[in-house]
Amino acid sequence: MSHIGKYFIFLGTLFTNREKAGVYYRLVMDECISIGIRSVFIVSIVSTFIGAVTCVQTAYNLVSPLVPLYIISVIVRDSTILELAPTITSIVLAGKVGSNIAGQLGTMRITEQIDALEVIGINSSSYLVLPKVIAAMLMFPLLVILAGFLSIWGGYVAGTLADIITPQDYIFGLRSGFNSFSVTFAIIKSVVFAFLIATISAYQGYNARGGALEVGNASTTAVTNSCIAVLAADFLLAQLLL
Amino acid sequence: MLEIKNISKTFGDRQVLYNISGSFEPGQTSLIIGGSGTGKSVLLKCMIGLVKPDSGEVLYDGRNFLADNEEEQKTIRREMGVLFQGSALFDSKTVLENVRFPLDMLTDMSSSEKNDRAQICLQRVGLEGAGDRMPSEISGGMKKRVGIARAIVLNPKYLFCDEPNSGLDPLTSIKIDQLIKEITDEYQITTVVITHDMNSMLEIGEKIMFLYKGKKLWEGNSDTIVHSSVSELNDFIYANKLLREMEK
Repeated sequence: MSHIGKYFIFLGTLFTNREKAGVYYRLVMDECISIGIRSVFIVSIVSTFIGAVTCVQTAYNLVSPLVPLYIISVIVRDSTILELAPTITSIVLAGKVGSNIAGQLGTMRITEQIDALEVIGINSSSYLVLPKVIAAMLMFPLLVILAGFLSIWGGYVAGTLADIITPQDYIFGLRSGFNSFSVTFAIIKSVVFAFLIATISAYQGYNARGGALEVGNASTTAVTNSCIAVLAADFLLAQLLL
Repeated sequence: MLEIKNISKTFGDRQVLYNISGSFEPGQTSLIIGGSGTGKSVLLKCMIGLVKPDSGEVLYDGRNFLADNEEEQKTIRREMGVLFQGSALFDSKTVLENVRFPLDMLTDMSSSEKNDRAQICLQRVGLEGAGDRMPSEISGGMKKRVGIARAIVLNPKYLFCDEPNSGLDPLTSIKIDQLIKEITDEYQITTVVITHDMNSMLEIGEKIMFLYKGKKLWEGNSDTIVHSSVSELNDFIYANKLLREMEK
């Protein structure tokens, strides 16, 4: 419980005694590259294969000849947009981005780089963490949109190459009964997950003490806690918004 | 002038500092010495505001640094330069960017003025050609010198150095000590150095404060330290065989 209290106090420090806005612009751009651009490859690979696997496994489970084949792409589309793209992408990013943030801040803590900022009167949590949070909240939705497209494309490629479904049926299924709110829902989820992953990981790294072992532990805890928070938030958002 | 009055600090149930008082003069290199775990670094952190003492005052030219006045604290912080034990250079920035960093954050100087000022400081510590290198590409002694350049870039009135010689060979240690002493004399800075290096004590110790188990046991200078009658201090300074032979 004390960690939860400290986490909220830590969040408060991000928004008080900030530096000038101009200082943050370059930092946010740098973090967008680190968090966003450098995650495109892993997100692309994971989402394409998840779409392909979803298509193949859905077809495997549809044994009744009474169910039209285009239902496969309806299921791929809805499961991708509602769940797989935002949640799986965020879990992957919790591992990649979360551990990076915790490791970076933990190392800065134990090598006194954070003290060096504090000593010249800079609010180190705001200076170091806020750009990461803003960048994550900007880049996660874009990565989730990319993941959604690639996952659906992966399903199309797998389905048509394996002769599970014709291209016409797949496209028809994608267009059938589409509810645009599911995209809005996915973007809302991605923004919430981004905030949770960036802040939880930053909290763990920023409060690391000791040496390399503690920094490693902070990274592991950051990823574990971020994943739990993402899954809990996923459930809450589904209950609240759907 | 920098004064500390009755500084005490406890971590959990362990008291690490007991009513430490003292004063440090401008243009003078003052040393705080003592064995490992005697509270030297905690005292330094209390003086620069990284650790809040349980009681006591830190006065910078009469201004109480620990009073809850953020603006006053900010003003005082801008008059400080700190060299950390591990240099604390920012890994992601070049040497020049590290030195420039306080100017970027705290001044309205133009980019070329900042570069010029940073280059002057690098030149002062003998690293004029190293501006484009990353901290990972330079040696420990060079890192210390970059740390000193960063600490003096804002023309500080107070310079704090936490074990500036740790991890350096004796020759480089003496060079770093001499550099700190020269800068102190040149800019009339109030310099406080935390160390347990005997060479430093004899080389630059214009004023020396000895801490033992969190208490101040002795105060003097490099001339009087060798004639002290405090047994804990004598055990500390004559810890190695050569010096014990010399004492005899």
